[in-house]
Amino acid sequence: MSEHPDRLWRNPEPRSGYDVVIVGGGGHGLATAYYLAANHGIRRVAVLEKGWLAGGNMARNTTIIRSNYLWDESAAIYEHALKLWEGLSAELDYDILFSQRGVLNLAHTLQDVREGTRRVNANRLNGVDAQWLDPDEVRKFCPIVNTSPDVRYPVLGATLQPRAGIAKHDHVAWAFARKADELGVDLVQGCEVTGFLKDGNKVVGVETNLGPIGAGRVGLAAAGHSSVLASLAGVRLPVQSHPLQALVSELLEPVHPCVVMSNHVHVYVSQAHKGELVMGAGIDPYNSYAQRGSVHVIEQQMAAALELFPIFARAHVLRTWGGIVDVTPDASPIIGPTPVDNLFVNCGWGTGGFKATPASGWTYAHTLATGKAHPLNAPFALERFTTGALIDEHGAAAVAH
Amino acid sequence: MLLIPCPWCGDRDETEFHYGGQAGVPYPERPAELSDEDWGEYLFVRDNPKGPFAERWSHAAGCRRWFSIVRDTATHEIVR
Repeated sequence: MSEHPDRLWRNPEPRSGYDVVIVGGGGHGLATAYYLAANHGIRRVAVLEKGWLAGGNMARNTTIIRSNYLWDESAAIYEHALKLWEGLSAELDYDILFSQRGVLNLAHTLQDVREGTRRVNANRLNGVDAQWLDPDEVRKFCPIVNTSPDVRYPVLGATLQPRAGIAKHDHVAWAFARKADELGVDLVQGCEVTGFLKDGNKVVGVETNLGPIGAGRVGLAAAGHSSVLASLAGVRLPVQSHPLQALVSELLEPVHPCVVMSNHVHVYVSQAHKGELVMGAGIDPYNSYAQRGSVHVIEQQMAAALELFPIFARAHVLRTWGGIVDVTPDASPIIGPTPVDNLFVNCGWGTGGFKATPASGWTYAHTLATGKAHPLNAPFALERFTTGALIDEHGAAAVAH
Repeated sequence: MLLIPCPWCGDRDETEFHYGGQAGVPYPERPAELSDEDWGEYLFVRDNPKGPFAERWSHAAGCRRWFSIVRDTATHEIVR
């Protein structure tokens, strides 16, 4: 594992006002703060976090990075993210352990095969690296996957994105936090936003447990709690909050060479740098803000994992946990203005926000700096739920939600 | 794991049920008069409270009937 830098970030008291206040100190909020300072020269910026930096979903995700989405809008923003990931360790001067080990999305039915080959072609048309593997090629790429035809849902093939992979989530958050701090951004922990200061229909600041803080613009980046926050400003968002569970095994020798995802039997598995098997599945069906889900979801996910990876049969589960994800009707995020002036929202990433972290921050910073959408986030505005121009990524989102 | 009170079958395990989202969302009374904004709101926007939430469940693996309960989304306590 790589060495950490000596200095991380200050722990300042909030000032009376900022050009931009970002609510939520997770990966997206921290990346947004960094790009506001680095790309736009806006340094009177505060990130307000009610807990501790990157202690919410950023600390709970399964760290998979890929850009193999179906629609042009999604391919554009996730591929922009992947290109940023490829240079991020150097740019932030901090090893984020980005490992481009490849992501397989398995097909188990004829419909899966059709969807997968269509997505490979769509990816290639968008300049995203993608291949279709037959079962023999799957076995060569990932020898521990059971490609026997004698299982309930045999592997009929897989899409492969070779440039996809994983990164070390904590390092990513700390790297963005450290660089943002270095550029003058105030990262304020233990600071909960309890309301909004408004002048007519315009937000001019936030109320917090540490007192009022003025703001030229306010950007929400609170993931699962976005609709709770937005409701304080009188804004209703088309998002529903659900628990998403993940788990890790004990530490094992390196056995798993890539990332394997399966929509159909519903599990995704990779091996972390230290050696844990990291596994996830879909969301629990009901709305919840409790950071736990139901055990039958884990049972089904483990059953699928064992059929795909018989080698894992004797591995012990070390830890399970849940995060709260904000799910939109079209499984695509919302980035842009709200009906309240100077109040912006970045939410709805559902089960897949980690992979987008740099592009989410890049485009949101552009929006907060200029008041206008970046070409990459323009299609992801709230208006699409009025115009009907939805970006339906339920297939490429890779897990049910 | 939720223990859900079916009004007809009593307390049953969550795995027997199908979730139906927010309860009490009526179809628009005069659909022809709705603006695009109103349609978008009706189709895509639901309450998402942290706290008591009236929601629909179907006892899919039991009596197959739909019913509403109020559940606290922060604690999972079923309020009524």
